[in-house]
Formats: sequence, structure tokens, C-alpha cells
Amino acid sequence: MAGIESGHNLLNEGTTPLTSGVSIRGLSKSFGSVEAVSGVNLDIPQGEFFSMLGPSGSGKTTVLRMIAGFEAASAGSIFLNGQDVTDQAPFDREVNTVFQDYALFPHMSIQENVEFGLRAKKISKEERAAKATEAIEQVKLGHLSDRLPHQLSGGQRQRIALARALVLRPKLLLLDEPLGALDKQLREEMQVELKTIQRESKITFIFVTHDQEEAMRMSDRIAVFNAGKIEQVGTPEEVYERPATSFVAGFLGSSNIIDANSASGLIGMQEMVNIRPERIKLVASSETLGSDEQGVQATIKDTAFLGANTLFILDVNGITMIATRVNEELPGETKGFVVGDRVLAKWKKSHVTSIPK
Amino acid sequence: MTSLLEKTKSTMPISSYLHLHPKVRLRALLALPMTWLVGVYIISLFLLLITAFWFIDPFTSRVRPGFTLENFVSIFTVPAYLSTSIRTLLIALGVTALCIVLAIPLGIYMAKIARPWVRNLLAVLITLPLWAGYLVKLLAMRLTFTENGFINWLLDPIGISGPGFGIPVVVLTLTYLWFPYMALPVFTAIRQIPNNLFDASADLGQKAWPTIFRVVLPLITPAIIAGSVFTFSLSLGDYLAARFVGGSTQMIGSIIAANINLNPPVAAAFSMVPIAFVVMYLLVARRTGSLERM
Repeated sequence: MAGIESGHNLLNEGTTPLTSGVSIRGLSKSFGSVEAVSGVNLDIPQGEFFSMLGPSGSGKTTVLRMIAGFEAASAGSIFLNGQDVTDQAPFDREVNTVFQDYALFPHMSIQENVEFGLRAKKISKEERAAKATEAIEQVKLGHLSDRLPHQLSGGQRQRIALARALVLRPKLLLLDEPLGALDKQLREEMQVELKTIQRESKITFIFVTHDQEEAMRMSDRIAVFNAGKIEQVGTPEEVYERPATSFVAGFLGSSNIIDANSASGLIGMQEMVNIRPERIKLVASSETLGSDEQGVQATIKDTAFLGANTLFILDVNGITMIATRVNEELPGETKGFVVGDRVLAKWKKSHVTSIPK
Repeated sequence: MTSLLEKTKSTMPISSYLHLHPKVRLRALLALPMTWLVGVYIISLFLLLITAFWFIDPFTSRVRPGFTLENFVSIFTVPAYLSTSIRTLLIALGVTALCIVLAIPLGIYMAKIARPWVRNLLAVLITLPLWAGYLVKLLAMRLTFTENGFINWLLDPIGISGPGFGIPVVVLTLTYLWFPYMALPVFTAIRQIPNNLFDASADLGQKAWPTIFRVVLPLITPAIIAGSVFTFSLSLGDYLAARFVGGSTQMIGSIIAANINLNPPVAAAFSMVPIAFVVMYLLVARRTGSLERM
């Protein structure tokens, strides 16, 4: 498993690309004078579920399109299994894509859509039909193979788009916000299903999304994109618990980012720090702190009942912080704080993470 | 004392009346177009059909009402008539095919590749011939292909001469005349194909040709049929192209024109031929199933 080890270390341009998996070196893309992607380096070992997470316009989809071959790179290289494919056309790359709006051919039946990619390979008509049928069965839509795409629901189209790509047995599957158009329940079902397919098929998935929860739920590792650059690459735990930048801290989950000036006044640390709201406990202002704890006196400015959690907006000497409490009891069973209360907001010292930049 | 419930009088009595009487409104809306459609359009076509069954009195040379199939039979029995019908059909099919072959690559370029200003420029250039009169365009083609014209001047140094006035130049001229009717719907249809279908096709391993044949062509078939109804039927009905750039070429229109005074029933019967061809063409198009997906 040399591939996986090097995957964590090889993030610098000029190092050897992975022999099994995807490597990206110094990849840039400009549209006119706008630089959409600048100097991206990545190593994704074969078999990984890798997410590219970021707000819209952060360059994640452009990177995906360059890996697929739809966009030419302005600079840099893309390697698939150690081979430079930067200048290859999409039809020459053993990469398949599930498109955001599925891109099913509207004039072809489901069966024809799934057979489409097999046509380019020199295999017999019978084998083609058998493989397509099997792929459609795999996504549990065997009874719909004669239908046209517009006769299917969004979730069904999504599955067919997946079957159409998987039937070609690619080494690498690119997914461009494939679940974006589905409603919440269907999306969660598909997340489980995608993860299962990925684990069983051992295909590398590169999954583009702007939904941090989705990325955390499914991925082995996540690359967080911002303004055309990667801010951080790591496992969901790493990017959540040890965000490299304030952008990452803010983009994944809720956070209380305190700049160096305020931090020195509040907790005596001379650097930018983050305290996750769920790690902050609210107690009566008269309570004392344990030796491993820190705390500040705060006034509750607002509260919101969110079902599983209750959200508290705190005023700490003019700085706004948020704290969440898991609602383990029914409302009314515990003494709740109300707006205007003075409280002690406290947390373990080890829960304060410093943010390098 | 006035009741508070009394209806307010409208300040626009006609509009209010029409608002309250939808049937009157509908009749008012359709009065003009229906008069035109029935009174001029349908009746004239109907009279044409009737005339085709009349005949010429051999003694007075005047049209006499009656019923004879003679005029229709002559289309099939007079060798010159039959060959002219077939020639016209082939010319119209040739024009249509040429228009399709030119329109698809141009449409792909305009819709998917060209920058906006190039696209607009091309759209203007394509429709430019529509701005000029019909005869102007015929004259232009005549000057281009005439014996001492541009094409021969161009080809002379390499020792060959262009096609003289004849069927090929008729096909080129009719293509020139009717190309906008094909190019515009094809361009519009290609523009409506989402870009990601091209990406998907390439992603699934298909190169440019299979993508055009399996993805683009089926999706623009309705537009091609719409365009070809124009190129095909306008070519079938044309006779001035044959007259000015066709040399001795005769088309159905030439026969109709020749008989229009001499033998109106034959001209009327011949007028049914292009209509029959277009109807057959549409039936064939319908069989392919592409009209359902329009």
C-alpha cells in the first residue's frame, strides 16, 4: 500500500506521480483574465472516495472537468496511473463522469443510454445488451429499461447516469454534484448507495460537492477549495478538528473563530483560534473552572430551538460567539437559560484549536 | 336613495361587453383571419383542384367544366411529363440534401464554438440572401456561372470549365435560394442541445463522427424536417431557376407555366404533383417517428 502512504505526503509539485491512482501537479486554468484554478497539487490513491468541497466558483468543478478532459489545462499536468493524460481527449481517458444534471441522451431509451459507451468498444451486440441490462439491474431499475429519460423521476435518472458510467468499469469515476437536484431523503439514500458501490467496486470516486455534510459523510479524504486553490486536504476528522485556515474552519460546520488580538484578551493565546460551538458548555456564572478548562463570562443575546440542538448566541465583551447544546431532555425538564442571563461559557483547553492562517 | 350594492357603471362599455360575452369576443378575434383563410386560401386551392378535372374543348379551345381524369393520366403517360416530374423530384431532394449537409456543420460551429460576435455575423450572412429579391439572386448566380463568368474564369487556368447552365447549377441556385430556411432551424435546434450531452458522449468514448450521428442528428431531426419542408416544396414549385440557369432543363413549374394560358386544366393537374410529393414526404417522415418527438 505504498500508494496510500505517499498519498498523504506527496503534495508538492515535482514529486513522482502515483503509479496507481490520480496525481495532479501544478494544475491551473484561466478563462480570459480570470484564473479559475491556480496551482493545484493532489494525489488520490486508487480506491479512495475523495471529495472536492468548496463554495460555487471555487474551482472544484473546473478541476473535475480538466481530469475528465472537457477543459484543457492552462498549466500543469494530470496523471492517471502514472501516465500523463493532460493532452488526451476525453474519449481516450479511462475516466467516466456522472454529470450534475445527468446528461442522459433524451432521444434514447434507458437501455440505449447505458449501451452508448459500450458501442465505442468493439464488443458484440449481445454482450453489449447483456452488460447494459446487468448495470440497469444493479441500480434496481430493470423494469424501466424501455422508457425514455424524461419519463423517469430525478432519482431514477440519477441512478441511470450512474449505471451508464459504471457499465464501462472505469478506474476512476468523477461525480459532479450528482445529488444536488434530489430532495433530502432521496439524497441521503443515494449517499449510502454510492458509498456502498464505491466500497464494493474499489473504483476511485472523485466527488464534487458544496455540501460539507455530504462530503464528511461519504469521503475518505476531502480537499477544501477556495478561490481556485486547495486550502486543505485531509480526512473528515482532520479538516474538521484541525482546520488549516480560517476558511476551512468556517466552511466545515459552525465555528467561533477568534482573531489573535481578541484571543489574547480572552484566553491569553497570541494566535487565531477556533472553538467549535458544540464544545462550549454554558453553566451558572458563579461556577468555577476545572484545571483543564477555560471560560469566559457571557450574556445570552438570543436562543433558538433547532430540534436536536438548542443554539445560544452569546455576547462576550462585545464579541459574538455561538454555543450549541444537545437536547438530551425534553424542553422544560432542565433549567434552560433565557435571553439576558449571565452565564459562564466554558470549554476544555484541549478543545481550542489554533488556526495557522 | 342609491343602494350601496348597485353595480358600478363601466367607463369602457365595449370592453366590458366583450368581457362578459366570451363567444362574441372569440368571433371578433377570428373574423378577419377566417375570412382570409376560407375566402381566399381554401377556395382558390379548391378551385384549382376542380379545374384539374375540366377539359379543353377541342373546337373552341376554351375550358369546359366537366369531369375527366385525362389531365392526371397525361402526367404518367406523356413521357416528357413523367420524366420532368421525376427530374423535379430528384432536383428537390438534391437541394434538400445539400442544404442539410451544409447546415449541420455550420450549425454546430455557430451554436457551440463561435464567439458571440462571429455567431451574430454568420446569422446575418445566412439571412442576407432573404433581403435581396428573388430575381436578383437568380441574376447573381447566372452571372457567376455564365460562359464568360466568374467560375469559368477561375477554373480556366487549370484547364477545366465549370458546369454550364443545367441541372447542377439549378441545384446550386435553389440551394442558394432556400438555404436560410434550413440553416436557421438547424442552428436553433443545435443550440438547444445541452453542452453536457457533447461532454457525455466524449466521456463515454465516442469521437466526433459518432457523436454527430448518434446524438446531434437524432435530436435535430425535427428541425431538419421543418427546414426540408421549405427547401423541398419551394424547389418543387420553382421554375424560374430552371429557366434562367437551367439551360434546357425543364421542371414541373416550367410545364405549369407553359400551360397556364394554353391548357389551364393540365396546369392545374400538374400543380397537384408537388403537393402529392410533399404529402408523401411527410408520410415518410412520420413513419420514422421523428415527428412525434417534435
